[in-house]
Amino acid sequence: MNHTLTRRTLLTVTALGAIALTACERKTPVTYHGIDLTGATYATDIRLSDPDGKERTLADFRGKAILIFFGFTQCPDVCPTALTRAAEVKRLLGPDGERLQTLFITVDPERDTPEVLKAYTAAFDPSFIGLYGDLERTAQTAKDFKVYYKKVPTGATYTMDHTSLSYVYDPQGKLRLALRHEQPAQDCAEDIRKLLKPA
Amino acid sequence: MKLVIRTAIVAASLLAAAAQAQVTVKDAWVRATVPQQKATGAFMQLQAAKNSKLVSASSPLTPAVEVHEMVMQDNVMKMRQVPSVELPAGKTVELKPGGYHVMLMDLKQQVKEGDNVPLTLVIEGADGKRESVEVKAPVRALNASAQPASHKH
Repeated sequence: MNHTLTRRTLLTVTALGAIALTACERKTPVTYHGIDLTGATYATDIRLSDPDGKERTLADFRGKAILIFFGFTQCPDVCPTALTRAAEVKRLLGPDGERLQTLFITVDPERDTPEVLKAYTAAFDPSFIGLYGDLERTAQTAKDFKVYYKKVPTGATYTMDHTSLSYVYDPQGKLRLALRHEQPAQDCAEDIRKLLKPA
Repeated sequence: MKLVIRTAIVAASLLAAAAQAQVTVKDAWVRATVPQQKATGAFMQLQAAKNSKLVSASSPLTPAVEVHEMVMQDNVMKMRQVPSVELPAGKTVELKPGGYHVMLMDLKQQVKEGDNVPLTLVIEGADGKRESVEVKAPVRALNASAQPASHKH
């Protein structure tokens, strides 16, 4: 019995060693629940206004992980769910939650005035920042992120189709992950905790 | 006290629904808005005694009320008005985030947490007869999740 156990342990250790070696060779020691965008050459920066009219770029948040979600405040379903999850992720990170900055970029700057944006993001977490640009800059930002959005008429008004991924940057300002809308907060927090670890 | 009133309202609307259309409405709620936010969604559970469908909804809050479906395609969220939502006999159909909702648009005023939003649902039976179901949907926080008993903060 003991003998068998020892052999099994040895085998396990050997197997683990082999896995570790393979991992080193491939240089992919960390896996994520989200879509790994490490090495992405797009979405290298943003240049948008916050509700106080101050221009913001990614450099403003250096040293923090950044979570970016594109949406619009008249969205009854996906946007509040994504921002509620972002607040939950921040909570799950505990003290490290202070090292996660959530940015909400509107794809509907015509209706999402600075006042609406400010009140909207604050309803989820006072640290969240809503960002907007004019139509041209909004389009350019979405293009930089490969984000899709489109105005869709309904009744006398319109709604917006839009990409529902949350993009995550590491504290060095490099795009690292896209979190799917369905990914639970716990899994998102696990992913972001890995990015917050000192390299 | 607030809870008691809310329960009473829900109970009253349940009774009203049962008496009229044999459609019961449970856990109806509307997501709160911030000032100047012109749209939001109403969610609920519907159960019809006989095969029927939800064909439209209205509210004194705004003339622009539509029944919508949210669809996720390749990580893109799309929201579309649907002509109706099937209510198969005895089956609970949920209008919830990630699926169907009643969309309230062109709101003239803020919808505040704790308010009650009157909604009229139009249900069409298999025989083509239409009946109205009155619902008073309590307003939950903007960051309320799909679960009725959310424990945020």
